[in-house]
Amino acid sequence: MSKINLYKFASPATFYGLAGQMIPGFAVLSAILFAIGLYISFFVAPTDAQQGEAYRIIFIHVPAAWMSMFIYVVMAVYAGVGLAFNTRLSAMMAQALAPTGALFAFIALFTGSFWGKPMWGTWWVWDARLTSQLILFFLYIGFISLQSAIDDPRRSDRAGALIALVGVINVPIIYFSVKWWNTLHQGASISLTKAPSMAHTMLAGMLIMAVACWTYTIAVALFRVRLIILERERHATWVSELLEDAK
Amino acid sequence: MNWGSFSAFLHMGGYAFYVWSSFGLSFLFLALELLLLSSRRRTLLKRLGQIQRLNASRGSK
Amino acid sequence: MNMLAWILRRDLLLAMRRKSDVLTTLFFFVIMVSLFPLGVGPEPQLLKAMGPGVLWVAALLASMLSLGRLFAADYADGTLEQMLLCPESLALIVLAKAAVHWLASELPLVLMAPLLGLQFGLPGDALWVLTLSLLLGTPVLSLVGAIGASLTLGLRGGGVLVSLLVLPLYIPVLIFGAGAVDASTSGLGAGGHLSILGALLVLALLATPKAVAAALHISLE
Repeated sequence: MSKINLYKFASPATFYGLAGQMIPGFAVLSAILFAIGLYISFFVAPTDAQQGEAYRIIFIHVPAAWMSMFIYVVMAVYAGVGLAFNTRLSAMMAQALAPTGALFAFIALFTGSFWGKPMWGTWWVWDARLTSQLILFFLYIGFISLQSAIDDPRRSDRAGALIALVGVINVPIIYFSVKWWNTLHQGASISLTKAPSMAHTMLAGMLIMAVACWTYTIAVALFRVRLIILERERHATWVSELLEDAK
Repeated sequence: MNWGSFSAFLHMGGYAFYVWSSFGLSFLFLALELLLLSSRRRTLLKRLGQIQRLNASRGSK
Repeated sequence: MNMLAWILRRDLLLAMRRKSDVLTTLFFFVIMVSLFPLGVGPEPQLLKAMGPGVLWVAALLASMLSLGRLFAADYADGTLEQMLLCPESLALIVLAKAAVHWLASELPLVLMAPLLGLQFGLPGDALWVLTLSLLLGTPVLSLVGAIGASLTLGLRGGGVLVSLLVLPLYIPVLIFGAGAVDASTSGLGAGGHLSILGALLVLALLATPKAVAAALHISLE
């Protein structure tokens, strides 16, 4: 029974409707969580003794960095499932997640830079975390540009899946080599995440912001996957019926 | 409450530029993503509608 | 195994027939390395510090530029499709092709590198370490690069795309390769770096041929 259900939801036509029903919930949840998270970041979390108010940047920087890594892993899992079981929908999900993941990687980069300027005195420091974030951003760009360079959807799905899997295997290797490189060329002294005294409120704030980003990502990815489904299935009868109803 | 006044809140202990740029730009980019997506949806629906009308008129001939 | 020997022989023969390809890559490497002193100035101290990194980055780029040749000719004349159909394991065929690519496009660079290292004022030990690190690291570049080359087969703008896909994956090799030379000039000993490069090579030998075989199936289907 459950198998039948799973297949039913894995059909793009069914999922199109289902995703449409889920989007508002996640969007509202994300807005509420962002409001709470921002309230904690600015009004509950006290000023840091060492870094002053500038440390508040971590409330957006760290969740964005977490999300960019997390989305890459989720994307690779979807891609792997799509490759192994030949499910079109999971490949589309991977494709829908990539731009948002790249966006979060980018946000993590420039917020890190805005934090680094007052703390380190320069806009960019080649520290291990920022550098691997940059490389993660490159990996996203590679995935996106490979998929958009291939016109045939089936090949594009599968090629993207393979490069995502290769990337996810390489991420730890890249991270550790960058770390090694960084310790040899002496690391930066202040860390973005080395928690000062009030670790609890800080952690709570970062976690809530991270969940807010996650629900945002779900809503956006579902929205995008609906567009991808429509584009791919534009010749199917259910799409023309849908358009007929919309009139 | 951390802030004595609204201007102190805006001032961010001297780090106003960095803090507000970080948060402002981040949310700006998120909003931009939403905007781009909704415009992509609009153009897509328009195009699909056009194709359908074209097919319908061809079918009726 | 017979098949393997046959592919090795055939590809080597083809590579030897197109000597200009080999020379182009080599001269790209030489020119690229020679541009750096012109760009940053002839200060010996600076050049000595930059040398390992410059040589390694140039080797990365040269290897990347030659990736197009890995499968393109066989793809164009249909041989690749035949290889996909043949009973021999595709991963082994890929391994053979990567080996030939390394022999034809990268071994010349490795042999040229110590000479260029001299221009950057690297001391004798460092030159040895440089050559050794390139010997261990460049095969990884061929193997990892083969993934990018096979995924972009027949795509428009494939060459630029390959660089986006492959260069981020080259980073660990660059770090440990250039790091080995740095470590030896600063007297720390390059053993650790070289053994990690060796480990990367083993990992690449085990994992990439299968990935490339899968990629070829995807691209040719």
